[in-house]
Amino acid sequence: MPLLPTPDTSHVDYDQIYEPSEDSYLLLDTLSSDSEISFLKERFPTQNAVPIVLEVGTGSGVVLSFLTTNSSTIFGHDSVLTLGIDVSTPANKATNETISRNKPRGHYLDSLTANLVSPLRDGTVDMLVFNPPYVPTSELPILPGEEDAEGGRKLDLLELTYAGGPDGMLTTDRLLDSLEKVLSKDRGVAYILLCAQNKPEAVAERLRSGRYGEEGIRWQVEKVGSSGKKGGWEVLGIWRIWR
Amino acid sequence: MKILTTNYISCAVKACKSTSLSFPLHFQDAVLVQEEVDFKPEFITNILPRIEWEALKITAVELGFTTLPAQKPEATEEAPLDPQVLKDLHTLLLETQVTEGKLVCANCKHVYNIHQGIANFLLPNHLALPLIMITNF
Ligand SMILES: C[S@@+](CC[C@H](N)C(=O)[O-])C[C@H]1O[C@@H](n2cnc3c(N)ncnc32)[C@H](O)[C@@H]1O
Ligand SMILES: [Zn+2]
Repeated sequence: MPLLPTPDTSHVDYDQIYEPSEDSYLLLDTLSSDSEISFLKERFPTQNAVPIVLEVGTGSGVVLSFLTTNSSTIFGHDSVLTLGIDVSTPANKATNETISRNKPRGHYLDSLTANLVSPLRDGTVDMLVFNPPYVPTSELPILPGEEDAEGGRKLDLLELTYAGGPDGMLTTDRLLDSLEKVLSKDRGVAYILLCAQNKPEAVAERLRSGRYGEEGIRWQVEKVGSSGKKGGWEVLGIWRIWR
Repeated sequence: MKILTTNYISCAVKACKSTSLSFPLHFQDAVLVQEEVDFKPEFITNILPRIEWEALKITAVELGFTTLPAQKPEATEEAPLDPQVLKDLHTLLLETQVTEGKLVCANCKHVYNIHQGIANFLLPNHLALPLIMITNF
């Protein structure tokens, strides 16, 4: 496995932005593992149209920066366009800064402030990465801009980084519903992090049997990375989802 | 925000996605800056298949770039792409950034603000969810 540098995020304000943690590092390790490098190289060869790589929920930008800086190792070339989305504008500013200070090789486009993939056109994304807010909580926090309508509930950007609603799956389920639309038809692939409380095997089964979205796509799903063994249970896993 | 990005986005309102009016979004009051980026002609050639040319022409004209060819340039064995065309595209797509301004949907008229180079697509509650979900809640 190639040892690639972890992006420098020392400028990021962790009072409002998610600090790179075990989940972030598991994504970095998985996306640069031998198996994923060979999968991605084969899927996105140099001579073809550039792939568009989208990270949802960029936070500090550590994952998107890792992909942009190490594109020649991970994809075998630098002809990739990278794009980020987060509901938190401070996170998007941090991502801009993280990418520019870590010698990008692939071409970084932008980080947009948005709820999941809502502004993207259908079929645009070739590779999607999401380390979601996955911790089970009774409900989801409000998003920026919803303060008034929600009767004065206060916006808490840090809570938004981890609070996932029942089973920790509310936000992730919405993203999984939208994969059929946003991923490119011919070569789209997504990498999603799930924790043990998300009941990942059941999620994978729903994906395989076409129970996400409206078209009933039966996705191929495979666990391609895991960490944090606790009494024999793996706490975190990275799941590759593709057509 | 880079001009190339606008070729990949449309209105965030769910009901607008299916209408052709929601793409491209239209710039208003755009403040532009140029930031130099290394010119790699092969990279621009590989981006071309990922571009909706008609939409890009609309965006370009709104921002005052009037030199885009009427048809998407295509390389053939005998005639590789004109380096000047690639250079112009490089300037427009990758070096031009909108730092302040608005993007407007021609269908629902919703205005998305761009501030300090970051576009904001968050919607007020009543627009964010499809009706079915609102009634389910
Ligand atoms: C667990 S953090 C991951 C941060 C970073 N990618 C990492 O791995 O260190 C989850 C991120 O998702 C963002 N987020 C939460 N809900 C979102 C939504 N509905 N749309 C977009 N981003 C969201 C949060 O602001 C936060 O930055
Ligand atoms: Zn609209």
